[in-house]
Amino acid sequence: MTRVVTEKEALIVEQIPKLRRYARALTGNRAAADDLVQDCLERAWGRFHLWQPGSNMRAWMFTIMHNCFANTMRKNKHQRGLVPIEEWSAEAQIAPNQENSAELRGVAEMMRQLPTEQREVLLLIGLEEMTYAEVSEALEIPLGTVMSRLSRGRERLRALIAQPKAAGVRAVEE
Amino acid sequence: MMGYPISEEELHGYVDGELDAERRLEVEAYLKDHPEEAVRVRDFLAQNRAFHALYDSVLEEPLPRGMAQPKQPQFDVWVPRAAVAAVLLTVGAISGWFGNAAFQEATVPTNIASRAAVAHAVYAPETRHAVEVDAINEEHLVSWLSKRIGVTLKAPKLGEAGYSLVGGRLVPASSAPAAYFMYENRDGNRITLYVRARYQTEKKMSLRYRYQNGIGVFYWLDERLGYAVAGEMTQQELLLIAKLIQSDFND
Repeated sequence: MTRVVTEKEALIVEQIPKLRRYARALTGNRAAADDLVQDCLERAWGRFHLWQPGSNMRAWMFTIMHNCFANTMRKNKHQRGLVPIEEWSAEAQIAPNQENSAELRGVAEMMRQLPTEQREVLLLIGLEEMTYAEVSEALEIPLGTVMSRLSRGRERLRALIAQPKAAGVRAVEE
Repeated sequence: MMGYPISEEELHGYVDGELDAERRLEVEAYLKDHPEEAVRVRDFLAQNRAFHALYDSVLEEPLPRGMAQPKQPQFDVWVPRAAVAAVLLTVGAISGWFGNAAFQEATVPTNIASRAAVAHAVYAPETRHAVEVDAINEEHLVSWLSKRIGVTLKAPKLGEAGYSLVGGRLVPASSAPAAYFMYENRDGNRITLYVRARYQTEKKMSLRYRYQNGIGVFYWLDERLGYAVAGEMTQQELLLIAKLIQSDFND
């Protein structure tokens, strides 16, 4: 059944682990993330003939991922493509004995509160280690917009993390 | 010595390794003198480390079954291109025929298609004066065109198909101006999008295709606008771009 993947196809396949990592961080949920990756891959296979050899495959795959995510968000508008907060933090890969595990859980939870557009930029740069120019290409936004989303997102995340646990505690108590 | 003041962008550039070695040193010197900024930078670096600590383990997870298998028939290099094109044209023709049959009653604004084709023929080969406002000033371009045609527009994103915005201009329609966006891929192939307000006499209309003088055009009408996208490529490729435009405008 399983046929050998061609060299060209391998270019897509080798992106999959990073697409999954990004999707997990973006959606905060394993199942939603893998659905998103699956959507993205189907679209990529269908459009593969449009990809121009020599151009940036990673940026192209993340463009498709971004469009798929936007579609998902549009379909369930009220959910904003997000999962409940308890699932969100539970899905983060925190080993119970990991150092700073409470802090990490905090970051995962606060990321959820950022606007999607800021979350995308923070993760593409901070987690996927894309250059600013690659993010501009992947999200099809000007470099200046990348910078302002990055700056605002990081500052907002910083403020959310710094604030007393009030928000988180209230959410649990209610 | 500090060459010039450190900007907010450069603080982030420092965090993300986007600065050259010399500027890095200058930023480090600056941070020594500005403890508040140093704390911000430290926090930003900690954010990045936290993302990795949280999600890097996903890289090691085995892939779900079948995820790495190509899902659609691939256009293999061994298949002669002409054969692929013939199949695609047939598929396109059939879907086009059904498309038409379903919408026979709608008014057919063929003029939008021919105006778009003519504009494409005139502007797409231009090298120096292809657009009036280029993509660097996209925000200005979009607000200017929106104002002129009286409907809020956007320049759709076509990166998925390998095309990026070159810019745009104002062009004539029958009685009011139309907005015109030009896109280009890495090979220098261009597609153009012609958009105008929908006339009161026009009904909504789904995608239609027209081919004239080597230029293919997909055109359609939604609640607010009439659209025509023109390019010199297979119908199937142009269809994909038309659908990207539709989905972007529905955002």
